[in-house]
Amino acid sequence: MSDKRLTMKEAIARFVDDGDVVAAEGFTHLIPFAAGHEIIRQRKKDLTLCRLTPDLIYDQMVAAGVARKLVFGWIGNPGVGSLHAIRRAIEKGVPRPLEIEEYSHFGLLSRLKAGASGLPFMPLVTYHGTELPHVNPNIRPVTCPFTGEALYAVPSLTPDVTIVHAQRADKQGNTQVWGLLGIQKEAAFAARKVIVVVEEVVDEEAIRSDPNRTLIPGIIVSAVVEEPFGAHPSYVQGYYDRDNDFYVTWDALSRTQEGIERYLDELVYGVEDRVAYERRLDPELRERLKPLPFLSRAVNYGLYR
Amino acid sequence: MAVAASREISDGDVVFVGIGLPNLAVNLALRTHAPNAQLVYESGVYGSRPNRLPISIGDPCLVTGSLQVLPMSETFCYFLQGGRIDVGFLGAAQIDRFGNLNTTVIGDYHAPKVRLPGSGGAAEISWLAKRTIVLLPQKRSKFPEKLDFRTSVGHYEGGGSREALGARRGGPTRVITNLGVYGFEPTTREMILEQLHPGVTLAEARSEVSWPLRVKEPVVTTSPPDESILRLLRETLDPKGIYLGTTS
Repeated sequence: MSDKRLTMKEAIARFVDDGDVVAAEGFTHLIPFAAGHEIIRQRKKDLTLCRLTPDLIYDQMVAAGVARKLVFGWIGNPGVGSLHAIRRAIEKGVPRPLEIEEYSHFGLLSRLKAGASGLPFMPLVTYHGTELPHVNPNIRPVTCPFTGEALYAVPSLTPDVTIVHAQRADKQGNTQVWGLLGIQKEAAFAARKVIVVVEEVVDEEAIRSDPNRTLIPGIIVSAVVEEPFGAHPSYVQGYYDRDNDFYVTWDALSRTQEGIERYLDELVYGVEDRVAYERRLDPELRERLKPLPFLSRAVNYGLYR
Repeated sequence: MAVAASREISDGDVVFVGIGLPNLAVNLALRTHAPNAQLVYESGVYGSRPNRLPISIGDPCLVTGSLQVLPMSETFCYFLQGGRIDVGFLGAAQIDRFGNLNTTVIGDYHAPKVRLPGSGGAAEISWLAKRTIVLLPQKRSKFPEKLDFRTSVGHYEGGGSREALGARRGGPTRVITNLGVYGFEPTTREMILEQLHPGVTLAEARSEVSWPLRVKEPVVTTSPPDESILRLLRETLDPKGIYLGTTS
């Protein structure tokens, strides 16, 4: 069994190429900020960024100029407001124009589901009467071959690389997640390469003790990166809460490109890695974001003889 | 608005919950007249019993102590497309007289004046829930003759046009604003004013809509919440006033 552990620097250098279609997923939960920052630091170019909800990480990546195109379902700062950098790129072409390809949540996740399933497209009963098919030629009418019902379809999406953050994995990439699962499983199975970033690498026996919790099998994983606190300022269920103050701060500082550049200079370009990043933050922060324990009751898988 | 919205939830309803006022409304209903309502969050959580006010539909407090967490694809496929959602809540930047919603763009799509968040799950909720309730502040610019972009379908062009498009169910039944409560006229499916909140005049409501507003006579005054409900909202559900602001 191969040991796929790499540093973030190595994993991004080896598996993310200029021009790639990248899906860094995670619905509010487990957003791979550490990986996004490393992509910015390595000044990758012309990426097509896919995400159901671009969130702050894509706002930062768009402002840093790594993206050519954005494929999305909802662009906002959840619970706070707008994503100003992405809006500036779309409305004013600052710092550079950004091509967009827009779906509803169900539409975009269906594209990944088709990609993960080896299907050319996925049918949906929605989109009738909305104007989304008028602005996105990838949402097309089809007829059900059995009932004749008018449906819409979206094509499969197979990212060059999917990046997911998770609670834990073994060194081969068998990855366990609890809490919100988002569309990480679909995004991982759809991709050619998968980078898994985890709070902790555990031994294989820990994974084998609870196989129902494994979301991503090691067989599809290219790299395992151990990066504690790597989803900050988003959260990891059971490990740390969302740093909501930062989401609010981002709303103010991202209103100008200069504001974002100051942030990037200090906390992305200005640090070597995630350890250095955390050293720049309030030393009390990690403790403040730590939840009280709420343990699941263990289940009995049985040992069969 | 939160109180009026909570009254729309019946005991036992399976509710697809958004964040902000809808979340408050549903939690208020749970603690008052609808203790058996079940909450489904788009993020994939069923049967949430959050012990703090969630900041977004992805808040970890929705998961801890819930009944089930599903991948989002299953939430959309089995709960929504599968027809298991009774009520969905929606907000919007613009609404037209048939309850169609714009959350995509102000101005031209390709040269936007204001780029809005987009559909998210709204296009699906509006099409697949058995009924939807729309909450938005009432301003003339938000109630235009014609939407800048139709993101989510309500009663489409009125009459039976939603069904003619292929809808299996649903459509908006209520629009709740800071001025009043609207229903939809059964034949034309046009928005019709049914209640004015205390202190709001008919002239005010008319002036904040771009089309000639239909009114169901006699317009009644929304009954104000009693003291215990206000206390529940202000002291327990939103003690920091994050969502209540001044429009509770």
